[in-house]
Amino acid sequence: MSRRRDDYENSRWRKFRSWVDGEVDLLASGIAVQPPRESADLKDRKPENPHKPQLEGALDRDKARNQELRRKGDPEGRGIRYFRRFYQVMSVLLCLSIIFVLLWTIAYLPAFGNAGNPDNNEVSARYIERGLQETGAVNIVTGMILDYRAFDTFGESCVLFIASCCVLVLLRIDAADGEGRFRETEGKAGQAKGEPEYDVLLKPGAAGSVWARKRLEESNDRLYEPKDDVILQKCACVLVPLIFVFGIYIVLNGHLSPGGGFSGGAVLGSGLIFYLNAFGFKKTEEFFTEKVYRRLTLCALTFYCMAKSYSFFTGANYLKSGIPLGTPGAILSGGLILPLNICVGLVVACTMYAFYALFRKGGM
Amino acid sequence: MGMALLVNAEETVSIILFGVGFTMLMLHRNLIKKIMGMNIMDTAVYLFLAVKGYIKGRMVPIVTDGIQEVSAYINPVPSGLVLTGIVVSVSTTALMLALTIRLYERYGSLDLDQILMRAKEEEA
Amino acid sequence: MRLFEIILLFSLVVCAVSVAFTKDLLTSIVIFMSYSLIMCVIWVLLQSPDLAVTEAAVGAGVTSILFFVTLKKIRAIRREDGHEQTKR
Repeated sequence: MSRRRDDYENSRWRKFRSWVDGEVDLLASGIAVQPPRESADLKDRKPENPHKPQLEGALDRDKARNQELRRKGDPEGRGIRYFRRFYQVMSVLLCLSIIFVLLWTIAYLPAFGNAGNPDNNEVSARYIERGLQETGAVNIVTGMILDYRAFDTFGESCVLFIASCCVLVLLRIDAADGEGRFRETEGKAGQAKGEPEYDVLLKPGAAGSVWARKRLEESNDRLYEPKDDVILQKCACVLVPLIFVFGIYIVLNGHLSPGGGFSGGAVLGSGLIFYLNAFGFKKTEEFFTEKVYRRLTLCALTFYCMAKSYSFFTGANYLKSGIPLGTPGAILSGGLILPLNICVGLVVACTMYAFYALFRKGGM
Repeated sequence: MGMALLVNAEETVSIILFGVGFTMLMLHRNLIKKIMGMNIMDTAVYLFLAVKGYIKGRMVPIVTDGIQEVSAYINPVPSGLVLTGIVVSVSTTALMLALTIRLYERYGSLDLDQILMRAKEEEA
Repeated sequence: MRLFEIILLFSLVVCAVSVAFTKDLLTSIVIFMSYSLIMCVIWVLLQSPDLAVTEAAVGAGVTSILFFVTLKKIRAIRREDGHEQTKR
């Protein structure tokens, strides 16, 4: 490949322009000039898509119209292209200007790591000086988020719960409903003819083809689930107990060492995901089903709510509990912090697992 | 300005990361790439907050040996804020990815322009 | 120590930019994972181990796994659609 300056295809300006157009990857070694932008898509598109014929038809129509308009000398045909170019240039300019303004601000901020900075004010001083006596937690961060600002953390766990509910609404596949309709409508006819059931349902125009496809997807996932990968299973046998013990350690020692409900819950959740990947849904469902998820999350959130909202009755001045704070450094210290840590850890672990299971097969 | 930016290298990097994420959000047409840009913006903001709480030569805010002086520990407030933020950012990511899957099921594309075009076609 | 921090910050920017420029989604997810891990080390250097533990479990673990599952799901949907079309 020649590298002459006047070779337009290889010039830097061309590369930059094609990057701005989103046609090509600068990190790739050679520059590949790809077809125009409508069909230049990411690799992961194949022509088998059912929408593709319609789409291409539409695109062809669009192109034809554009050409016609251009021939007539109508400026509107190029309007969309001009708009796109304008959009890209303007968005680059906007981003650059935002970065410039922010960097300018950074240049006037106080120096990094200076103790006299205005954000190290009396609030953090109070947390550090009195935190151990007032909350009983050695880890000041945990004492802060689970005692001084416990309502905040309650809101956060509710956000997690609501997010998992939204994912449930979006991705859930209602197996029981589909089964019932299958028996009522399509199943009898198909079985009478001796066709396999999914073939009937996947016929274009079959009434239940949407949910049938979903059922097929789910059954595929379940079918291919236990891959019996010996290496993975042996690794899981060794690692999963360690991960669980580490997660439980982080949750229980949240007030003594770095960590707490959020980090420990995430570790527990990833341990559950690992177990699920190694051994499949069948084995995981022996101890973790949707019912368990519902009960754990409900109990944890209710306990948290009860434990912290009784202070409304006491005048909401202090979030004080009747539990003695204990000696700092012991595991049973810090009053309500330990149970609250366990609650947050349970909610986070359940949410992480729920996300994964819902993404994987649309149910738990 | 240059020297000040070098002194505040962490803040500068966090702003640059914010800009990269923002640019990804605006220029990429692929939805998954957009979500990644959003995540990079998230982490940039967390980095900025955590850097603001750091003080040179001080320890982790965990009481050791009963020392309870302000001059011994870094500022614990930004750590607490960021800790909850990280976990919430995962839930927003999961929500966005779920929406992406639904869009793909419906329109068969990850490209935002094509999704909009197909939606318009179906309306018409 | 400062030098190490600056190297890490630089690689953070490199990772973010290469996430933006990589065309293959799988590659960019893996780069994003390494971005999270570098961020985790930076948080240890910034004296906040709480954040480091959380980021290691959440940013590098769960987020990337969710991205991977999304890719797998999208590929499965596409394969099914293709299957259906060939049957027609």
